[in-house]
Order: sequence, then C-alpha cells, then structure tokens
Amino acid sequence: MEKSDDDIIVCRCEDVTLGEIREKIREGLTTTEELKRVLRVGMGPCRGKTCIPIVRRELSRMLSIPIEDVLPPKDRPPVVMVKFKSILEGSEK
Amino acid sequence: MNFDVGIIGGGVVGCAIAYNLARLGEKDVVVFEKQYPGAGSTGRCGAGVRQQWGLEMNCRLARGSVKIFEQLSSELGVDIEFRQGGYLVLAHTEKQLEQFERNVSLQNSLGIPSRVITVEEALEIVPYLNPEVFIAATFCPTDGHANPLLTNYAYAKAAERLGVKIMKFTEVTGVERLNGVFRLRTNRGDFEVGCLVNAAGGYSKPVAAMVGVDLPTYSERHQILVTAPVPRMFDCMVISFTSGIYVQQVPHGSFVLGIAEDEEPGYNTNSSWQFLEHVAREVTSILPVFGELSVVRQWAGLYNKTPDSQPILGEVLPGFFVAVGFSGHGFMIAPKTAEIMAKLILGIKPDIDISPLSLDRFEKGELIVEPSVVG
Repeated sequence: MEKSDDDIIVCRCEDVTLGEIREKIREGLTTTEELKRVLRVGMGPCRGKTCIPIVRRELSRMLSIPIEDVLPPKDRPPVVMVKFKSILEGSEK
Repeated sequence: MNFDVGIIGGGVVGCAIAYNLARLGEKDVVVFEKQYPGAGSTGRCGAGVRQQWGLEMNCRLARGSVKIFEQLSSELGVDIEFRQGGYLVLAHTEKQLEQFERNVSLQNSLGIPSRVITVEEALEIVPYLNPEVFIAATFCPTDGHANPLLTNYAYAKAAERLGVKIMKFTEVTGVERLNGVFRLRTNRGDFEVGCLVNAAGGYSKPVAAMVGVDLPTYSERHQILVTAPVPRMFDCMVISFTSGIYVQQVPHGSFVLGIAEDEEPGYNTNSSWQFLEHVAREVTSILPVFGELSVVRQWAGLYNKTPDSQPILGEVLPGFFVAVGFSGHGFMIAPKTAEIMAKLILGIKPDIDISPLSLDRFEKGELIVEPSVVG
C-alpha cells in the first residue's frame, strides 16, 4: 500500500512527495518542524494548508503517536503574501 | 551513560565539531540538543558565506571555510546548495571606500580574490541596483551562500554515521565537575563526559554559568524574511554596512533578506511589523524593482554577541571548551572553526592560531575590532 502512493505530491507549493516525507521519517525526523526545514514542506505561499495535515497523519501513523500530539509547525507572519510596495503604501497612511 | 566528549548545542557549530572529532578518530561523542539540529540560530540565519573581512583572523577562518564548503556536499553526502555567486558590498561614502580599499589589500594578500569596482561595473553584475545610493563597491566572486538547514542536517547525519550520538529534545539542566569528569543532568537522565563543549549559540551564557564560567556573551534578536520565488535576477549577495541590509536570491528562486536593527539583549524571537516596514523601505531604496516582490514569511533568530563582535574559542577551564559568541557570522565560518575546535580538543595543533579569540582577551583589554560586521 505504502509503495503505491509514494509518488503523490503532498506539498504542491514546494513539490514534495509522500515518499520523500516517509524517507525522512525513516531517517529519524520526528516532528513537522524538522520535516519543514529539511524538505521545505509547508514553506510555500499556501502556508502548509494542504500538506501539513497529511504530514501530521503520516508522522502519527509511522511513529504510532496520537495525531493530537503531532504539532503543526509554528505559524509565521504575514498571514497572506504581501508585496513590498503594499507594505510601503500602508506605512505611509 | 559515559562519553569521552559531550557537546551542548546541535546547531551547525556543535554538529560540525562532533563530525570533525569523529573524522579525526574520536567517535565516543554525544551532542545534547534541547530541540532538534537546526532549531536555533543556524536554521534561522541569512545563509551568506563571506570572505571580505577587515581582520586577518576573520579572513583566514572565512577563506578556510570556503575551501571546505566547496567540497562539503560530496564529503557529507547531502547537497547543501553551496553556490559561489559572490558578495557585492556597497560603499556609500568616501570614508567607507577608503576602509574597503584597505580591506581588499589585506584580503588579496591572504588569497581572497576581492576587488574594488565602480558603480558601472556593479550595475553589470546587478542591473537592478539604484546607482544614486552608492559611489563604488567591492566584489569577491568566490563568496557565496549555502543552505544552513541542509548543512546542519548533513553534518548531523555524517556525524551519526561515524558513531556520534545525537540526543534530540535533550536539555542539559545542570553540570557538576567531579574528579576530572563532568556530570550532566538532563531531562533524559544523567551523563558523564570527559570533555565538555559549549556550542549553545544564543544560550551560551546560561550553559557556561552551569559550569561556573561567566561569559561576556549576550543574545539579541535579528529578523529576516523570504519572498516568493521569481526567475533568476542575480547571483550575488548584496550588502550594505550602512543600513545593515543583506539581500540574496537562493537556488529555490526566493530572496532571503534581513537588516540590522536596534535590539535589547534578550531571548525574544518574535516577528514584528515594524521590521517589514523597515526592510521594505531600505530594499526598495537600493533595489527599486523589489516593490513588486512578495513577502511569504518572516522569522527571527538570536545573534550571540560579544563585546567586540568576535567569537570566543578555546579551552576556558581544564576540559571545558567554548565555541560561542559568533555575533551573526557563525554559519559562514563554522566549517573551519569546527575543524580547529576538534583539533584543540584532541591536542592536535591547528593550522590557524586562534589564541587571539580566547576568553581572557576581555580581561586583558585586547579586544579585536572588526570594521566589517552587519549589526
């Protein structure tokens, strides 16, 4: 079962597959923060909305940790992408 | 559990010292990391690798580190995304230009191929620069950048392959010195180590205090951000020591940029909207086209500073070593520094004399003032 879905892209912003996530969990990464830093999963413009729930599920399943104990990575500002010129326009008001 | 060497801190410095110890034959090494490798300052840094310094010691450590970075991906077995697109340092005033000319002479004498360039030459390298805001620049084509997250990870994995034990989520909470060994209390039990290394980055001072050593280090927040990826615009890092800004497009296509700000000493790593406004103003002043780029994410990390913004390296008590206080340029000199630290621990004479960076320089008043630091 695992083999057949390894090619599925779970982070569409950064092109990360389920297989890559599983490989790093097998190598010893145990948190969403570590996977984010090594694979860029969740670093894209959508802020991990699609991929992080899948990453948490995979960590929970492979490491036998209750899903509520697999924390999402820290939320970082800004909430949506913003252009430098919009920041400047906003600060002049 | 007993180990020959215990290292507190799993950032690039701690993991690289562990790797070098193992490579030199000392494999009975444990790294204590209170979170995971790269969780602290390494994983939050600006990624630049610069050899353009104003002091011989920094030039030598940086030059030695670049030589290591050049083959580190193959040595460690992970692509750490090292790219040598150069560093372009903007000179805004005649006084700054005079200092840069002195720096370039020193750098050239040490084998670093930097040179002073005109505004026109700078515009050939980075056509987007605003020619109104600088009078000349220096450029070193072999400077560059590497991915700090992958570099830290690669050192940790390579160290583990050689037999080093890396203890994640293990915080050292107390240290006792007894009969020539260090007994460490952690949230995962007690350990005894023959030698202890403080590579705790932002937390160097409280870690040293547990061993009874008072370090003149302190931490301060530095903020940074990343933009959405765009097609390749330029290959070099652009920096200014006047505003303290640095701007670099990484292989991913995004730009990573930060700026020096006035900060109180402390452990705050929150992000602020004032930083966004500050960066937006300064970056669009030197690179007007950046108004169209979008910020995806901002974060912050700690500079571990010393009174002269230079690291403290060496043995401060019998068996207790420190590699701390890198003051914002630890990542770029980590490869060579870690090799030297490993040799010191094993009693092998290193090829660079780092005694000017010892702790007692502060008591003797022999501070080494580097003219070319950001923030």
